[in-house]
Amino acid sequence: MSKVRVLVGTRKGAFLITSDGKRQNWQIEGPFFAGWEIYHLKGSPVDPNRIYASQTSGWFGQIIQRSSDGGKTWETPGVEEMPKFPATAPNKFVYDTSAETGKPLTTHQWYDGTQHPWEFKRVWHIEPSLIDPDTAYAGIEDAAIFRTTDGGKSWHELPGLRGHGTGPKWQPGAGGMCLHTIVLDPSNPNRIFIAISAAGAFRTDDGGATWKPINKGLHSEYIPDPNAEVGHCVHHIAMSQRKPGVLFMQKHWDVMRSDNGGDEWREVSGNLPTDFGFVIDVHAHEPETIYVVPIKSDSEHFPLAGQLRVYRSRTGGNEWEPLTKGLPQSHCYVNVLRDAMAVDSLDSCGVYFGTTGGQVYASADSGDNWTPIASNLPGVLSVEVQTLP
Amino acid sequence: MIQVVLPAHLRTLARVGGDVAIEVEGPVTLRSVLDALEAHYPMLRGTIRDHVTLQRRPFLRFFACQEDLTHDSPDAPLPEAVASGKEPLMIIGAIAGG
Repeated sequence: MSKVRVLVGTRKGAFLITSDGKRQNWQIEGPFFAGWEIYHLKGSPVDPNRIYASQTSGWFGQIIQRSSDGGKTWETPGVEEMPKFPATAPNKFVYDTSAETGKPLTTHQWYDGTQHPWEFKRVWHIEPSLIDPDTAYAGIEDAAIFRTTDGGKSWHELPGLRGHGTGPKWQPGAGGMCLHTIVLDPSNPNRIFIAISAAGAFRTDDGGATWKPINKGLHSEYIPDPNAEVGHCVHHIAMSQRKPGVLFMQKHWDVMRSDNGGDEWREVSGNLPTDFGFVIDVHAHEPETIYVVPIKSDSEHFPLAGQLRVYRSRTGGNEWEPLTKGLPQSHCYVNVLRDAMAVDSLDSCGVYFGTTGGQVYASADSGDNWTPIASNLPGVLSVEVQTLP
Repeated sequence: MIQVVLPAHLRTLARVGGDVAIEVEGPVTLRSVLDALEAHYPMLRGTIRDHVTLQRRPFLRFFACQEDLTHDSPDAPLPEAVASGKEPLMIIGAIAGG
């Protein structure tokens, strides 16, 4: 029988929540890396036992952890082979400023519009390759994308993103200038989509060597030119594995879709009670069924009227229905952060999301009914799901 | 042997149960102790000092013999009591809530 493993990153450690395919009884394991912020964990699609985790701390910096047994044990990749001199130590993220890369950027826009040096802070998102368990991509703050091809021992920037020309116009959002979304195209191994707050969405069609902004159609009133090429605060992007090229975006304000790989976007917020939010995801089998969690803003960042509601569209946007069964409908003031929603690929698609209040909710029926599978975890930063044989 | 007290999170990361004792060749300074510590426990590289600049991470401090050595030169000799192993070098996470 199939199994489901939910990977939960929180403010104070990582948790694994597992169930059989019925998704009725759940077991919680953890905390792993107790006390550390775990921004993201994700398993390899080709080797589910290979899981990468971003372990970070304001005190002690950034460490990538790796499991080869489905999360039972963890190792720091490269430690056993570390050379004597710290400057050449692996498992670290150093911006590429070599002359060979052409345009080593040194500054981006700061909150007040002045230029500010690029400074590494943490890894927000790890996206394992669709074909090789030793290859993964990392989205970092300050925004850049890195790749490992040796299972996390060494990470190298794909400098064409920062160097393509718009970097000095990028600016941090409230959470920092983070590259938080990496979407790999299953139909084209050379195509990758990424998103940065607050710069926008970008795409490569040559495996990461060169990148271009894909923000045509985005409209943001909080930047001097609302239709600018970059500067948009994109919160998350999702794409159906069954319909590559159709992208859905939760922007700071506005839910958007693109039918041509990001070349053009159009708004599909429709009848949502508010089009602000962080998460967005797509049903595993129905590429026009999408999910968002509308959040009250600016600055409140909790559900409207204290009612936690997932909104589902079965028409690819514009027409939305609230999903409330099993979710708190009064005095609920949590947030659902951008990487904290995922779907499984069982026949009846499961949908999962975590909250800043430490709850993880699951639906085994595409969102019709919800149940908490964890209620008192530290604030949830990310949720990913593995569907196991 | 130099005695080093690590913050709890770094003890977990280094997989040690308590204080660590390390051999340091030559003058006993902050730099030489941290070099030796990182050589013995390579998973600590980048957690106390930046990977590239080797600058102390901002929220860490160094104490020994009831003195704050945080802002001393990394090449200044550590107190004799530390060099002789009578007193530990304490690596402390700054109190910053959370």
